[in-house]
Amino acid sequence: MTEGVQVSGSLRNRLAVTLTGGAAVLAVLLFIVVRSYAAQIAQQGQDSILSASVTSILDAAVIRDGVVEIDFPYASFSMLSTPMDDRIFYAIYQDDTLLSGYGDLPRTAGTATRAYQGSAVRLATASRVLIGANVRTRISVTVAQTQDALSGTLSRISRNVALFGAGFFALATLLSIWATAATIEPLQRLTTSVTRRGPQDLSPVAKPVPLEMLPLVASLNSLMARLDQSLRQSEDFIAEAAHRVRTPLATVRSYAEATLQRVDREENRQALRSMIRAIDESSRAAGQLLDHAMITFRADHLERDDLDLVDLLRELVLRLTPVAEMKDIELHLRADGPVIINGDPILLQNALRNLIDNALKYAPGESVIGIRIITEPRFQVEIRDQGPGFPADEIANLTERFSRGRNAVGTIGSGLGLTIAQDVAAAHGGSLALSNLPEGGACVTFSL
Amino acid sequence: MKFLLVEDNADLAAAICSRMQLDGHVIDHADTIQDAIAFSETGEYDLILLDIMLPDGDGRTFLQRHRAGKRDTPVIVLTARSQVSDRISMLDLGADDYVTKPFDHEELQARCRAVLRRKSGTAQTVMQIGDVAFDPVAGHLTVAGEVVNLRNRELRLLELLFNAPGQIFAKQKLVDRLFSYDEDVSENAIEVYIGRLRKHLEPSSLRITTLRGLGYRLDHD
Amino acid sequence: MRYILALILCLWPLLAVAQEWEDRQVFQGADASRTLRILSSTDTSFFEPIIAGFLAKTPEVSIEYLVIGTAEIDQRFRQAPDRYDVVISSAMDLQLKLANDGFARRLGGVAHPDWAQWRESLFAFTSEPAAIVVNRAAFDGHPLPRTRQELIQALRTRPDVFRGRLGTYDVRDSGLGYLFATQDARASETYWRLMEVMGSLGTRLYCCSGEMIDDLSDGTIAVAYNVLGSYASARQQTDARIAVILPSDFPTMMMRTGFVSRQAQHPQDATRFIRHLIGLQSDPASKDSLPLPPLSTDSAGQSAIALEPALLTYLDGLKRQTFIKEWVSAIVQQ
Repeated sequence: MTEGVQVSGSLRNRLAVTLTGGAAVLAVLLFIVVRSYAAQIAQQGQDSILSASVTSILDAAVIRDGVVEIDFPYASFSMLSTPMDDRIFYAIYQDDTLLSGYGDLPRTAGTATRAYQGSAVRLATASRVLIGANVRTRISVTVAQTQDALSGTLSRISRNVALFGAGFFALATLLSIWATAATIEPLQRLTTSVTRRGPQDLSPVAKPVPLEMLPLVASLNSLMARLDQSLRQSEDFIAEAAHRVRTPLATVRSYAEATLQRVDREENRQALRSMIRAIDESSRAAGQLLDHAMITFRADHLERDDLDLVDLLRELVLRLTPVAEMKDIELHLRADGPVIINGDPILLQNALRNLIDNALKYAPGESVIGIRIITEPRFQVEIRDQGPGFPADEIANLTERFSRGRNAVGTIGSGLGLTIAQDVAAAHGGSLALSNLPEGGACVTFSL
Repeated sequence: MKFLLVEDNADLAAAICSRMQLDGHVIDHADTIQDAIAFSETGEYDLILLDIMLPDGDGRTFLQRHRAGKRDTPVIVLTARSQVSDRISMLDLGADDYVTKPFDHEELQARCRAVLRRKSGTAQTVMQIGDVAFDPVAGHLTVAGEVVNLRNRELRLLELLFNAPGQIFAKQKLVDRLFSYDEDVSENAIEVYIGRLRKHLEPSSLRITTLRGLGYRLDHD
Repeated sequence: MRYILALILCLWPLLAVAQEWEDRQVFQGADASRTLRILSSTDTSFFEPIIAGFLAKTPEVSIEYLVIGTAEIDQRFRQAPDRYDVVISSAMDLQLKLANDGFARRLGGVAHPDWAQWRESLFAFTSEPAAIVVNRAAFDGHPLPRTRQELIQALRTRPDVFRGRLGTYDVRDSGLGYLFATQDARASETYWRLMEVMGSLGTRLYCCSGEMIDDLSDGTIAVAYNVLGSYASARQQTDARIAVILPSDFPTMMMRTGFVSRQAQHPQDATRFIRHLIGLQSDPASKDSLPLPPLSTDSAGQSAIALEPALLTYLDGLKRQTFIKEWVSAIVQQ
């Protein structure tokens, strides 16, 4: 059922990938944003402390007796202690002269990050103008600190955000799997409900479906309605055709039969007999063609049911007994008890009727046709007659469509009987076997 | 026997009636359901032949009505359908059997016999000639108190002779009646069955006389 | 004349090379293939057992132990950082500045309390208080001063006993002395009052604790302020004439520190030595092998001077200038 349908992608996969991909992108974005924000905040923290240190040093600058004195408190450097024991550097300039500190410390304005003594250091600079009695001078203080603690904090934050992001991603993935399953579920439900239908069920889908599936289901319903109507029309057409073809044929045959009884001349008699034979052949052909068409159609979707094979055969025998009696043939059904099998009753009835019909055609008058049901190793129906049997060299071909063996010379009937039976057997997973009996006569074994 | 034929196709109806009358049956013809209902309510029929597809409705409607009226006249349906499924629905509705068009009259006769046999009280069908009682439906031949069960071909052969005692039946005619049209039998096949009947009739006052070149005749001594 | 000049010129490099050391000893390893040079301010007598313990564990190394004052250590090391493998000093501020200026090698995986190390480069291994050490005789019949304030009282009450018989570090020359002084001054104004009182009575200035203790013992001085308590205690054990007083008002505790030079010739051996030194802390059996008071874990460096960058404060040129000016004016009163 799924062959011939091209598969391109998968809704589930698309949804899952989109959601998961989106979650991944968001998680990465989250990581980047939070980390850069954290970096900013952390840097601001360091800058605040550096600025406070600079300020505390600047505040301690005074001019005493024309000389600049900067008696900065212990706290100026004490506040720069970090858990990672960052190194500190400072430089105090009076105008452009170095008063004390590290002379090779880079000179910057405000806050900046530079390389110094092999590490990245953060610098904060501020200046103040000191006004003394006859002197006016600018004091510039730079305090710098390595960024080990900062990096440490950032790594910790990065790790935590990464973990958080990964957790979020994992959660989002789970959520997307669930969401995907939940979204696909109505589709699967619809599939199940349509698949579960019997082969003849073309009724519209009644269960409520999500809004997005509405156009699909509406189209499906409309398709099924059209198909249903088309099938009905075909059925009606076939019935009508059968009626229109067969009724005139019936008229001709009845008249022919009647006339046959009234003519005396041999040539007229032969002519009428030929006419009747021709009508019978065409009628049988039409019947078998219709049967075969029906079986071919039905074999794709068997309507399996539990049925009693014995009952089925008994009914067939009952139906065909009048015909058998006309040749004084006895239809002998042998069965011990009910035989319950699982199959399509209409197809089975059709196939078996065709086989018994065949046997009736070829069995000589006043003979016995034996019908036997076998249950081990498989379910089998065996039909034996006392006729001429199958021509040995043609047995293999007999079931091919329209094939009639040499033994059929002179016998009315298209060759579809065995083909029909074989098709039905095959549809049930069984087979049809033809053989000749050692004591004479044909044996047909219909297996399921 | 008295038949009611419900068939809307005039040609076919005429053909069937003609064929039936050949065998000495009485047959009425209705071509609509309405007429069929009227006929069946007034007349006493041994068997109704019903066409399923009628101009004013499905033959099934007639069946339902017929059965609802508690009539037990057997009905054989004439149908163009040959699907097995239809048989079930027809039997469910109350038909006793069916034949598909075009049908063989001998088959129809056989089915009528079978249907009537199943019905109780078929005493009317017994025919008597001399000291021989013959029930073509049951297939019994009573000769000098002995009941003989006839086989189908013997039965049909005897029925033909019994229906027209004193009439000469040509061999070919008998062949045409007794054997199917695809059976290529010589005229002498009839000899066998005539022989058998002669044997059954020996103790009776009936004889089957061979008229050379002409045929056979049932004679009553 | 030119001959003498030439001779002097030839010999000058030698003179330059032949620096003076307070002490210089080589301890041979059992089968030594290399020599570890240790620059230290600690008297050899204190370090001998430590070195012996190390040589027992690492016989392939010999140790050259060089002793000089804390200020000198800083100067000499800065000039030639590749000539010394390990630097041990009691001047925490100078040591920290050396580490801050990138002279110390970062040792990974050394288990040591946070407060007793800096940047995994500088490691403290003792906690030694600054003490007031007195000559018992000077206080005969008088209570020993427990606090700095009490000392001030004692000095003011009997100035004649103490005139000219006071001693302390010359903070201009001694790194440890400067450290003790600045930490004291930072703690309280009492320090300056004490300095003024001591200055008014006349104070001798010393470069090292050892000399102060010697002069205390023989009565040359009666009171020595800011003496290394460890040394004094060690001396006290054999010399009952001195008494070591730990001021109870605000104790000043220093931690002796050591580091491996970034440009050491034998960095692995130096690292091993430092580990050995620190290991003596945690090994209860080694109570004997650490002749100096170990790190006090209960106070957790509460009273010890914090090993933090703030130690650079008083090393700042301007601040040092200001402090020394004040100190000189207090203690050196002409």
